[in-house]
Amino acid sequence: MPENNFENNDATGRDPNPEARSHEAAVREVRETADTPAGSHQKDLGGLSTGIMMEHFVADVARTPVTATDSRSAEGAPVSLWRDAWRQLRKKPTFIIAALLIVLVIVVALFPQLFWTQDPSAATSQCLLENSNGKASPGHPMGFTAQGCDVYSRVIAGTRASLMVGLFTTIGVVVIGGIIGALAGYFGGWIDGLLARLGDIFFALPLILGALVVMQLPYFKAHRGVWTLVLVLVLFGWPQIARIMRGAVVEVRNADYVVSARSLGVSSLGILIRHIIPNAMAPVIVIATISLGTFIVAESTLSYLGIGLPPSMMSWGNDISDAKDAFRSNPMPVFWPGLALSLTVLSFIMLGDALRDALDPKARKK
Amino acid sequence: MAWYLVKRLLQLIPVFFGATLLVYFLVFMTPGDPLAALCGDKGCTPGVAAALTEQYHLNDPFFVQYFSYIGGLLTGDLGVNFSGREISEVLAGAFPATARLAIIALIFEAIFGITFGLYAGLKKGGWFDSTVLVLSLIVIAVPIFVLGFVMQYFVGVKWGLAKPTVSGAADWSDLILPGIVLGLVSFAQVLRLTRTAVAENASADYVRTATAKGLTRGRVVRVHILRNSMIPVATFLGMDLGALMGGAIVTEGIFNVPGIGNQLYKALTLGDAPMVVSVVSVMVIIFCVANLLVDLLYAWLDPRIRYA
Amino acid sequence: MRYSRISKTLGVAAVATLSLTACSGGGDSKESSDGNAVITADSVEPQNPLVPTNTTETGGGVVIQQIFNGLVTYDTEGKTQNDLAESIESKDKQTWTIKIKPDMKFTNGEKITAQSFVDSWNYGAAAKNAQGTASFFEPIEGYETVSAEGSTEDKMSGLKVVDDTTLTVKLTSPQSDFEQRLGYTAFSPMPSSAFKDMKAFGENPVGYGPYKMAKEGAWQHNSAIDLVKNEDYKGPEAAKNGGITFKLYQNPDTAYQDLISNNLDVLQQVPTGALGNYKSDLGDRFSDKPYAGIQTIAVPEYQNNWKGEAGKLRRQALSMAIDREEITKVIFNETRSPATDFTAPTIEGYEKDLKNSENTKFDKEKAKKLWAEAEKLQPYNKSEKLTIAYNADAGGHKKWVDAVSNQIKNNLGIEVEGKSYSTFKELRTDAKAGKLTGATRSGWQADYPSMYNFMGPTFTKGASSNDSRYDNPEFEKTLNDGLEAKSAEDGVKKFQEADSMLLNDLPSIPLWYNQANTAWSENVSGVGTGWDGVPEYYKVEKTAN
Repeated sequence: MPENNFENNDATGRDPNPEARSHEAAVREVRETADTPAGSHQKDLGGLSTGIMMEHFVADVARTPVTATDSRSAEGAPVSLWRDAWRQLRKKPTFIIAALLIVLVIVVALFPQLFWTQDPSAATSQCLLENSNGKASPGHPMGFTAQGCDVYSRVIAGTRASLMVGLFTTIGVVVIGGIIGALAGYFGGWIDGLLARLGDIFFALPLILGALVVMQLPYFKAHRGVWTLVLVLVLFGWPQIARIMRGAVVEVRNADYVVSARSLGVSSLGILIRHIIPNAMAPVIVIATISLGTFIVAESTLSYLGIGLPPSMMSWGNDISDAKDAFRSNPMPVFWPGLALSLTVLSFIMLGDALRDALDPKARKK
Repeated sequence: MAWYLVKRLLQLIPVFFGATLLVYFLVFMTPGDPLAALCGDKGCTPGVAAALTEQYHLNDPFFVQYFSYIGGLLTGDLGVNFSGREISEVLAGAFPATARLAIIALIFEAIFGITFGLYAGLKKGGWFDSTVLVLSLIVIAVPIFVLGFVMQYFVGVKWGLAKPTVSGAADWSDLILPGIVLGLVSFAQVLRLTRTAVAENASADYVRTATAKGLTRGRVVRVHILRNSMIPVATFLGMDLGALMGGAIVTEGIFNVPGIGNQLYKALTLGDAPMVVSVVSVMVIIFCVANLLVDLLYAWLDPRIRYA
Repeated sequence: MRYSRISKTLGVAAVATLSLTACSGGGDSKESSDGNAVITADSVEPQNPLVPTNTTETGGGVVIQQIFNGLVTYDTEGKTQNDLAESIESKDKQTWTIKIKPDMKFTNGEKITAQSFVDSWNYGAAAKNAQGTASFFEPIEGYETVSAEGSTEDKMSGLKVVDDTTLTVKLTSPQSDFEQRLGYTAFSPMPSSAFKDMKAFGENPVGYGPYKMAKEGAWQHNSAIDLVKNEDYKGPEAAKNGGITFKLYQNPDTAYQDLISNNLDVLQQVPTGALGNYKSDLGDRFSDKPYAGIQTIAVPEYQNNWKGEAGKLRRQALSMAIDREEITKVIFNETRSPATDFTAPTIEGYEKDLKNSENTKFDKEKAKKLWAEAEKLQPYNKSEKLTIAYNADAGGHKKWVDAVSNQIKNNLGIEVEGKSYSTFKELRTDAKAGKLTGATRSGWQADYPSMYNFMGPTFTKGASSNDSRYDNPEFEKTLNDGLEAKSAEDGVKKFQEADSMLLNDLPSIPLWYNQANTAWSENVSGVGTGWDGVPEYYKVEKTAN
């Protein structure tokens, strides 16, 4: 691939104050540059990849009337980072696809009855051993499990528990880990020492041990379910995000714009929230979106060990681990819930990517 | 810098005691009577039960048990586990295999994760990027106990490319397949982390400047893009060393690696507190030291970061 | 389950056809057996040092069996045959005179005398030594004193050394099956060096058996245990190979992978994870044979729904709602066989169609009828949902528990579900304390081949494994009559009577008999399985190509 392609997404990198720019302005500017003669040898690849920035970086400014540039920054009042990000997002196809997929998964989780042919937990629906590991047949498009249950309705019914575990655990670790990591990284010193070492202790604890004990506390024992599981996973999962956040904050806190913000007298908290956290979010988003999937899988491991969801509760993870034994002779009961899990994770990864791009003005695409 | 090091090493002490106290307490709180595990299905006679209770101090209050363990620890005596073996001997026998396994996994995920991630990040949205995305999805969505068995069956049994199980000595070469299996999920995470950071930095001002200066493409990528993308990746890898050593229970089981994961799981199911605490303590230390190294690495990767 | 004998994963054998099978694998190369070749077999890391009186779990048990033989051994059918014993006699079944063969030696050269037995048994019984098999010495007079809580005594008054090769054993009451019990490894003699330093002895045990430890440190923890043939062994189990290397596995599925790649010679039991494929993977290189083990579900009578007459009817309904044929076929791929009583087919006195055994036959309509009858006596409290507890740290239980739950649910229309305990100790703690909130998986793996051993420890009042808290004086009297019977035949009749009573009351529901599914590699022949499901390793021959 020619060298020029890797820099070509950078329509806004030129702008000294990207956060204060409105999206419309950015688009307009891009159109203008694309029309300029200097851009004549750049290829327009469907808006995703365009041309050689080095050249119109220079030419661009020269050919854009100064007054136009000035009027632009004057016309739009500074838009908040998040609103700006939203404007970016809703134009991106990956975001739209991801959002549609997520909405679909959420609808399935909320209203499974719209999708299944038969409620798999109802007394009337029977798992018959005569159907054990049966192939797909009319009314049972995904075949049967080793216990002779309909795979399709189990995948549908398992959506709720799996999605809840994945989503709420991720939200939990990002909020808790994010806050702790940001504070530790930004303030450093004894706060860092204390919070980071606390994280070390929790992280070094085997998850199984923690889960064994927590799940056994009277309240948890009586209410074993999605929420108790989420709590355990958050309790022992936050240090990872905290550590990643801390690393990213340590990196960002010395950046030029932070130094200048500080010298302008912006409060510590203001800098942290307005400048540092948004710029440090990228690795957190990456890890969090992947972790969403690993949490769903972790549920199956814990359930398999008898400390996760009760066996009567349907989830993708449970179904995957149940189908493991027959994998060589009948891989389909592993495949379908695995596919559902993959698509969910994929949509969150795409969403995370889009969100990250939108939050990071440097990486914005045209 | 030296002062920073000393400070960090001193912090190990409270972490160590905090962790041992917490873990001992958790094991103490695990449901079920250790005697039930020691006696098996058929149970013990009351006389034997009383003798075992005394032998393992099962009736002592929590703090008495904990402090007698710590007391022994300070004099270099970790005591014996429920099998009557010296804990120090068990650790010495099991840790090397786990360490080798974790190192292979770490090297695998670092080399392949960073290389693939770099390539995918430089050509974001290209076919390679999409392919590795699908690849990472498979790794994430299939639990390791399924993935491990499938790889063991095909690579080890069917195609005969590697030994399906690890022999007693657990040599480096035997551990390659289990190491890769162990590192797969982290590989996906390293890959995505690198990809994102590279894509972000590739469009940074200093990269443009470097290219404008006329630096070769290779040098720009190596020195400017990659090095600046490494902070989150290094953080992750540092943490992962600890996670890999403790999280190898399933992988060790599948490939029969005589490592620490199996010892830990056995001790957990038995409620063998001194054994669990000893294993976790060693892991806490490894974990803290790895994190310290990563913090020092930050300063090298990004000279603006200073420690005092 | 790691520490229990019940779920002991064991193995088997069909002997005659094997060498043919092994040959076909070798093509036209000529095969001959090599009496000095070492075979490999699977086991798990022993939980305790290798001391016969302290080994109750399978990992250590299978090794102990090879290196410690006692007065008698069991043949393939479970019949006792003399090994160290010259004769074992008693007129009243209460005082036994045991004569030992002269000039027998431990593998360290020490002579085996009457004193060796007395010392070992005293050691095993004394509470202060905290030996896991202590309860096996219970019939011996003086056991009560040495086994009492906090007792420092370690000499049982019932044991007397007459001379170097003769001892007498006085029991507290007549026991017709005492001789049968003596084949259990806990009754094996240990040399005097053992009592000086039991910890060191447990690492490098010395005994008398077809095999001995290969060398100092032959037990490589978590990895392997090396045994070599004991050339001085003179009993009925002389080895046809040069030794056994037990590879210690954490996971039975892993051992299976080694087997199908010919890295392991003998696998005790085909794991549940391979049940769908083992026939195509192995061709003829496996066998299945019932052994002395049974799987049941205990339904505690202390729970309201399962009390009294209504509870009994309901338990019968549960039992008839389970289609054992279908589960053993579909879930276990015919590696279990449906149970019709509480003992096992390999035990002397076993009968397939005992009185009341129709309660174990699948009959959906009758089950519904019985359930309806129970409803009239006492309505079923639906809020106390029926659960079937199992421990998840062993693996393999969930599958059949789910299948049984589904069948009961489908056939009786009640809510049933599995309840997984994370650890064995947690489940045992609840079971022992009488705090179960539903049924629990249960079962028995025989220690010695006797019907009594299946019922005494599990269904008598106060017995350690009586999870359902069954309490029936008439049943206990019948059992005791059987023990004290003058002849083995009379004893068996009484035991069968007791068995029938259980089949009527169903304190637990018999599901299926365990089968040993031993499998072997292309490199060995002559693999057979004993009465207890453990492969008879001494018969295995390595075939050289």
